[in-house]
Amino acid sequence: MSEQIEERAVFERTRVLTAKHTHYCPGCTHGIAHRLVAEVIDELDIQEKTIGVCPVGCAVLAYEYFDLDMQEAAHGRAPAVATGIRRVLPPDRYVFTYQGDGDLASIGMAEIVHAANRGEKITVIFINNGIYGMTGGQMAPTTLPGVKTTTSPYGRAPEECGHPIRVSELLNTLVAPRFIARGALSNPREIARAKKLIRQAFELQHTGFTFVELLSTCPTGWGLPPEKAMRWLEHNMMPFFRTGVLRAPDAMPESATPYAPDLSNDGGAAKNGAAT
Amino acid sequence: MNRVAIDQDRCKACRLCIGACRLNLLALGQSLNAKGYHPVEITDRARCVACAQCAAMCPEGAIAVYRGVKRTSA
Repeated sequence: MSEQIEERAVFERTRVLTAKHTHYCPGCTHGIAHRLVAEVIDELDIQEKTIGVCPVGCAVLAYEYFDLDMQEAAHGRAPAVATGIRRVLPPDRYVFTYQGDGDLASIGMAEIVHAANRGEKITVIFINNGIYGMTGGQMAPTTLPGVKTTTSPYGRAPEECGHPIRVSELLNTLVAPRFIARGALSNPREIARAKKLIRQAFELQHTGFTFVELLSTCPTGWGLPPEKAMRWLEHNMMPFFRTGVLRAPDAMPESATPYAPDLSNDGGAAKNGAAT
Repeated sequence: MNRVAIDQDRCKACRLCIGACRLNLLALGQSLNAKGYHPVEITDRARCVACAQCAAMCPEGAIAVYRGVKRTSA
């Protein structure tokens, strides 16, 4: 009888990511988000059926890192491009967009709201780090009040610039979306939870619009070392941007109830002499 | 024995894995990689429990974790 040590993989780099090294700054959570999306695609075994749409922003080169069919979109227009891809290709394909807060919540706000409102069968991965990373740390629609950026050197003043936009809550007022959730990429536990949300979104994609917001960091833009940035996220962003599932097929808010008015009932308007 | 394989070329020394290791087994090494960073190294391999929390935090996908399993065969 002999005894030998055998190695079993506990964690390996997923095959859905290419071998290319990322251009992201050290500690940037884009890398974690990329990996989670790639792992979910790997686990669902849909690599050959998935098409991703890249944003403009730091993740503009994401097509270099995903071993998938990828399409670059004009700034903020990824949901519109994904709509086209979804409608042209056979329904068994999976289409997702990967967008930051500058791309999705600022220049692309119209596209995301209308794609969600139409109930396009796509998954949107929304990276919210409360700052414009690629252009050098300007204020984003999601920047917290009082936070200093290059365009808010005295801190974001809500009376001047408005309060940060909670995109998940905003989209949750629409009827059509099937799944809206927010996760955080701040520690291994939150990352595991975030991955489950991404998986749910992909699994539900063929039933309607699915959206996952991921609270992220920008160590360079925030001027913090990566680990301190993670703690900053937990202490300052998470109380305002609450994590969790906002809507799912088994937990729909009242706003998801379709409204079909009885148009034959004119409410007595004719009797009052109103034009018909 | 368990093994943590760190891709030395990919590592950007962000230290997120160092903070994730509950046993404090990871540290920046002395070597310098092509990017100009000091890649992370495991200091005490024998104590690693292969929990893979370091790999879960790594933004570069630079860490792979393997568990050593004893196999007895006739």
